[in-house]
Amino acid sequence: MNTPRLFTVTDRRDEITATVTLELQPLDDQPLPVARPGQFNMLYSFGAGEVPISLSGSINASDSVRSADRYTHTLRAVGKTTEALARLQVGDQLGVRGPFGRGWPMDQLAGKKVVVIAGGLGLAPLKPLLEALLADITHYGHVQLFYGGKRPEELLYPESLIHWSEKIEVQLSVDQAGPDWRGHVGVITQLLASAEMDPDNTLAVICGPEIMMRFTIQALQKQGLPDTALYLSMERNMHCAVGHCGHCQWGPHFICKDGPVFCYADIAPWFFQREL
Amino acid sequence: MRAAILAAEHLDLLIQALRDSGYLVIGPVRDELAIVYDEIRSVRDLSQGWLDEQEKGHYRLLPSGDGRYFGHTVAANAWKKFLNPPKRLLWRARQHNGQLQFMPQSEDAPQLAFLGVRSCELHAIEIQDAVFVHDQHRDEVYSQRRQSLFTVAVNCTRAAATCFCASMNTGPEVTLPSDLVLTEVLDDASHYFLVDGGSERGRNILATLPLRAATSKQQALAKKGIESARQQMQTGPRFFDSAGIKELLYRNLESPAWDEVADRCLSCANCTLACPTCFCSAVEDTTDLTGEHAERWQQWDSCFNGEFSYIHGGSVRQTTRSRYRQWMTHKLASWIDQFGHSGCVGCGRCISWCPVGIDITEQLQAIQQADKP
Repeated sequence: MNTPRLFTVTDRRDEITATVTLELQPLDDQPLPVARPGQFNMLYSFGAGEVPISLSGSINASDSVRSADRYTHTLRAVGKTTEALARLQVGDQLGVRGPFGRGWPMDQLAGKKVVVIAGGLGLAPLKPLLEALLADITHYGHVQLFYGGKRPEELLYPESLIHWSEKIEVQLSVDQAGPDWRGHVGVITQLLASAEMDPDNTLAVICGPEIMMRFTIQALQKQGLPDTALYLSMERNMHCAVGHCGHCQWGPHFICKDGPVFCYADIAPWFFQREL
Repeated sequence: MRAAILAAEHLDLLIQALRDSGYLVIGPVRDELAIVYDEIRSVRDLSQGWLDEQEKGHYRLLPSGDGRYFGHTVAANAWKKFLNPPKRLLWRARQHNGQLQFMPQSEDAPQLAFLGVRSCELHAIEIQDAVFVHDQHRDEVYSQRRQSLFTVAVNCTRAAATCFCASMNTGPEVTLPSDLVLTEVLDDASHYFLVDGGSERGRNILATLPLRAATSKQQALAKKGIESARQQMQTGPRFFDSAGIKELLYRNLESPAWDEVADRCLSCANCTLACPTCFCSAVEDTTDLTGEHAERWQQWDSCFNGEFSYIHGGSVRQTTRSRYRQWMTHKLASWIDQFGHSGCVGCGRCISWCPVGIDITEQLQAIQQADKP
């Protein structure tokens, strides 16, 4: 397993509760490898451990695409390692390995209508995809974003959502909201059920909690989208990220190297299996 | 090269020739109550004259009453620990005044010679090669040790009751490449090895040994020994048709057989540690008391451990049922999708070393039974 490469935090932004976005730059003068939307890095906080975190686009809403010499990661403090990473300040150092895995099928999106469906923190791995689509919007037929969260203040990237809604259709949904909320209240699948879709010419990309993705898959199938048009990003406990440690095995797949993004047609036999 | 004969009293010359060529020789030795693979310096270290009696949750050594060196079958431990060390330091890090520094660890790979590798074990090594050498990413420690490895394979002329290589098509006769292949024959008063050189360096070693040409009778006796091992397995209870196992297991993820085995399985991980192909590992990051030094260690892990499948919110595989299903389905089915071949070589170690005597061949047959309409 490779030794991490030394990086420093060049920018930092507090997002929603316990969630931060870090912009990272290597301390050596070597260029960064090409990182594709949907791939992930292993981030190491000194003494606290290493975790897989997806690449998540640019740190400022006004930047159209990620800077080629930085990585940006949005992460939530849920355990010892992510808590240590979330405490990092500008100038602090950390280790990075990656990027790893297969990302979103960017080549196949050209000329298609794209439906982007995110739940909670699942918007983070989709942000670089959205930025790439928006930077070159004439290449894509039509882009819709459906984004759901628990409460309005739990929706990630509020500035970007406003910015994006000027160019693409953005529909938001929350489980609970106060009287000033103007979006949908309920689950994201209700919005999908009533959305206008062109099943023969659409690709859907999905990221969120597994339970949300299960219901989303069923809603899209009801809309008539074939399994080959559905892509989603999976999450498991990855230690090595290169297919050696075995922790992320899922049926016949290693999520670290065969995923984390899968075409649903390839994983349909496994996706609804419990405790796999 | 034609098959040749090495007299049993000259076996030590082979060991010394390997040592003189710079190899650390590993072979079967008796360690208290079991035969294990460990370093050998001379023929006297070998577990000559001992037989293993293996059954479900059962392993006993018995005197063989003859002078055979390889009358026993596979040792308790697999060769994998010499190619993929159970615990190793990957790198060190230091943080001082906010400056972080990584120090990668590298090793001068020992030049290993394995003496007494069985056919199923050559298959097991090839299976781990697919994970650590031939996949997208290479494991450098494994690859370097593997590259210089010298193998002296031994054809099995006896099968333990737990052996089922004949079902998995991985033995008992050595068919994969090996630098040397021996077949031990003890016939009335004569005790010798039929020897084949399978590589240039194998033949170079042979050139230093006092060999005789093998007669057709000697070759026939060696063949007969191998056939006898095959017969023992084919007439035993662990002989089954391994074709179609993948499809069988894939369509039986909810078989009641998983509930039955989960009631007995202790989720202790013995089977995965004894298995010659199980390759999973975990990493652990540690710091010292000063808080300035950190290390990353990699050590063998098991899909039977609760935290193995941990992600934020809990373990994906909460139940023993799901862990046993993962292990057996991976071993016999999804391994085929991942690497093009089964992950089981039929060595039987998981059967002998299961403390409650769970038998993978019985479990497979239970699923086959329940599968019938």
